[in-house]
Amino acid sequence: MNRLEPVSFDTSVPGRRGCVLPPLDVAEKAVASLLPGEMLRREPACLPELSEVDVVRHFTRLSQKNFAVDEGFYPLGSCTMKYNPKCNEDAARLPGFALAHPLQGAEFSQGALRLMYELTEMLTEITGMAGVSLQPAAGAHGELTGIMIIRAYHRHRGDEKRTKILIPDTAHGTNPASAALAGYDVVEVASDRRGNVDLDALREAMDDRVAGIMLTNPNTLGLFEETITDVADIVHGKGGLLYYDGANFNAILGKVRPGDMGFDVIHLNLHKSFSTPHGGGGPGSGPVGVGETLLPFLPVPLVRKCGDRYEFDEDRPLSVGKVRSFYGNFGVLVRAYAYILSMGAEGLREVAHNAVLNANYLMALLKERFLLPYDRTCKHEFVLSGKRQHDSGGVSTLDMAKALMDYGFHPPTIYFPLVVEEAMMIEPTETEGKETLDVFAKALCSIADEAEKNPEGVKTAPHSTFVARPDETAAARKPVLRWRREE
Amino acid sequence: MRYIPNTEEQRAAMLDVLGFSDEEELFGDIPESLLFSRSLKLPPAMSEMEMLTHLGALAASNAHAGEKACFLGAGMYDHFIPAVVNHMALRQEFYTSYTPYQPELSQGTLQAIFEFQSMICALTGMDVSNASMYDGASAAAEAAFLAGGTTKRSDVLVSRSVHPETRRVLATYLPLRGMRLVECDIEDGVTNLGDLKEKISGETAAILVQQPNFFGCLEDLASLGAVVKESGALFVVSANPIALALLEPPSSFGADIVVGEGQPLGNPLSFGGPGFGFFAVREKYMRKLPGRVVGKTTDREGKPCFVLTLQAREQHIRREKATSNICSNQNLNVLMATVYMSLLGPQGLREVAEQSLQKAHVARESLCAEGGFSPLFGAPFFNEFALKSPKPVERLNRHLLTEGFLGGYDLSLAYPEYPGGWLVAVTEKRTREEIERFAVCAGRCGE
Repeated sequence: MNRLEPVSFDTSVPGRRGCVLPPLDVAEKAVASLLPGEMLRREPACLPELSEVDVVRHFTRLSQKNFAVDEGFYPLGSCTMKYNPKCNEDAARLPGFALAHPLQGAEFSQGALRLMYELTEMLTEITGMAGVSLQPAAGAHGELTGIMIIRAYHRHRGDEKRTKILIPDTAHGTNPASAALAGYDVVEVASDRRGNVDLDALREAMDDRVAGIMLTNPNTLGLFEETITDVADIVHGKGGLLYYDGANFNAILGKVRPGDMGFDVIHLNLHKSFSTPHGGGGPGSGPVGVGETLLPFLPVPLVRKCGDRYEFDEDRPLSVGKVRSFYGNFGVLVRAYAYILSMGAEGLREVAHNAVLNANYLMALLKERFLLPYDRTCKHEFVLSGKRQHDSGGVSTLDMAKALMDYGFHPPTIYFPLVVEEAMMIEPTETEGKETLDVFAKALCSIADEAEKNPEGVKTAPHSTFVARPDETAAARKPVLRWRREE
Repeated sequence: MRYIPNTEEQRAAMLDVLGFSDEEELFGDIPESLLFSRSLKLPPAMSEMEMLTHLGALAASNAHAGEKACFLGAGMYDHFIPAVVNHMALRQEFYTSYTPYQPELSQGTLQAIFEFQSMICALTGMDVSNASMYDGASAAAEAAFLAGGTTKRSDVLVSRSVHPETRRVLATYLPLRGMRLVECDIEDGVTNLGDLKEKISGETAAILVQQPNFFGCLEDLASLGAVVKESGALFVVSANPIALALLEPPSSFGADIVVGEGQPLGNPLSFGGPGFGFFAVREKYMRKLPGRVVGKTTDREGKPCFVLTLQAREQHIRREKATSNICSNQNLNVLMATVYMSLLGPQGLREVAEQSLQKAHVARESLCAEGGFSPLFGAPFFNEFALKSPKPVERLNRHLLTEGFLGGYDLSLAYPEYPGGWLVAVTEKRTREEIERFAVCAGRCGE
């Protein structure tokens, strides 16, 4: 959509309406007789006045300014931008789900409760944990909940001295932020030359004041932590717990389970591994799973089965409590449940196989042209460095990412993980075919060619998008965060 | 597998490039003892047809507001949602995209968030809004943290007229930062000002009230605001956004932070989620906001455009020093709210509020006239009111369900001091006929 779309407020025409209510069918009383006058609005809220046609055109045009998975390849590392099945959208919009009220009572919500119960059972089996809570609203929310559980566990044992959480230097930013929000001091642990947690550094950092370690496996380099059992032994040996960040779970579905690796607490991102749409940044869902000893600490409510009925279990005295209102992002749960039912055990295993095969194949196509700091079999994603291009022609990873837009692709995640200079983190997912990977690799190699022959061309990319290189510094220095009439 | 395009031949060709003969070699870095050797115990894979039939049956076994006239609210409200809202939310460009990290490819999402932020500022009267939080309850918890960080004080004084779920979430969150939840009593359905004054101390970081409160009653924000102002604490108001189309915005009464559950704005009940929490502050707290914020800027040719901004607050930059760990917003729900508010406009939104107000007052009159119900409180109310029921509320609701209604909330579940307390919500969707029949059926229950 190569044209400016005005902010809706600027196209407002006084008197226009996009929705008209039926006339009030009860006897009308003066509002001032029902509510104290000083509580009533003196001026109407400043909202745009638009017709239905205006609104539809405005948001349709806005939508056309987005790139999305349905349009093309979106290899954003650690985000698992896989295809979002359409039938799951239909399922979540069934009136019995979309229009059910959370307080109508368990007895009259048996379908919803059964779905939650069965999804819990499925995720428990898939992860190898002892129990799962569907409450957390997103991955980071799951992390926070998981750390709360770790905190509650230590305190219940009367162990008040544990004030630290260990986090590898490859971790997502949410890990340290979640640990800090939960009141812990964060201690960073280095990774070794193979991209694994450095066991010596871990041994050194691990003492009886450490509550636990947060790990992503495969980690954000896309590499399986080969020494995970040693990590578990070291941490458990000093009384700490292992937290599993499920951001990269797509790689190992049906292949290896966090519970079997020694993890005590986990979260999953249903909007990644289980195909629920990202929605432009949410809503997500971040269920938390725990091992046997931590079951009492899960947030409330859980759903339990009594005979052939389902009910909410609120009576859990050791629970960390409630982490959000009601029962989690239920609409997202419906989509994940539909996905698991559609895939089955064999299908989920195929997800892991294809995600890992695609990533390794794409890595093989690119590793001649780009620096590959950790050259070993990857899992669902891999991290290249744009250092070679940066050092020779001054073309940065950001430039190459922008140039990819001109080839019709969404760029990969860039400048993350922090341990790789000029990082490009590429995650193809299983819902891409070989031919897409071939074309993408060709595009990235052409950009590398261009970076040598005509660096300016790459440095000024993108050339095909309507806006290019917004001034982010100005945006932060003089923030304009809302529409104002005088503009 | 219909979501996996690679054929056997393609897979073989790719393995060949890698020099592998078997896909299992791709997992050779996983210690053998850890490899999962059996098959996951899951139901057999279903075709699309089977899955939809199965989910259709599950959905059909739930009561829902599509087939019952809903008089249940208690934080989630059955307002009318124009068809356009769902159609826009189903545009793949919106729902299958991710966080707008690459502004060139995300101007649609970014501009929609900017418009949303502007609308929330308009409703709340605040200067700055973020792009949303998980829900109203977690937004209140983040507001408490912002207040604690700003005042360096530990207590959050919360009226018992605030939604019980919000108070429970606060009770979970606050101890993490060494903060304390102090509850303030209620009197005749609103915050007891005397008790509030008594409980304010030098440690009070924030005072949180809800407008309208959990009982549907309107709090006297002017008096509350005056008391808070003297305390040095931050004044946090959790508000129903629909009511804000009719009520003077909390900013006029000295609110520092306005939060709330956004579901009433064009989002379906969805058994409690996803909705979204909104979070708006005065300008001086702008750089302490949790979560995403979109700002307007220009591109290299000077064209107006939008970006995620003030990111120096956020976890991907600041890691353990971030203002919050949140890494998302409830973006699609926010989009639905933005489309909804664009359709309704100031007049339409006010009419939704006014019709809800009018109909709720008629419903209360009818219930009190028909069936021996009596108002529990005398305070003015918006679209929801508490009654004392002469019959057990559970039995009453069960009876109403068979008559085609979702009955009110059993207040005694969260407030044991109100046995027989029944909280009834009425939106613009309820017709006079439904209200009359609801009152008659409620009155006849048990006869």
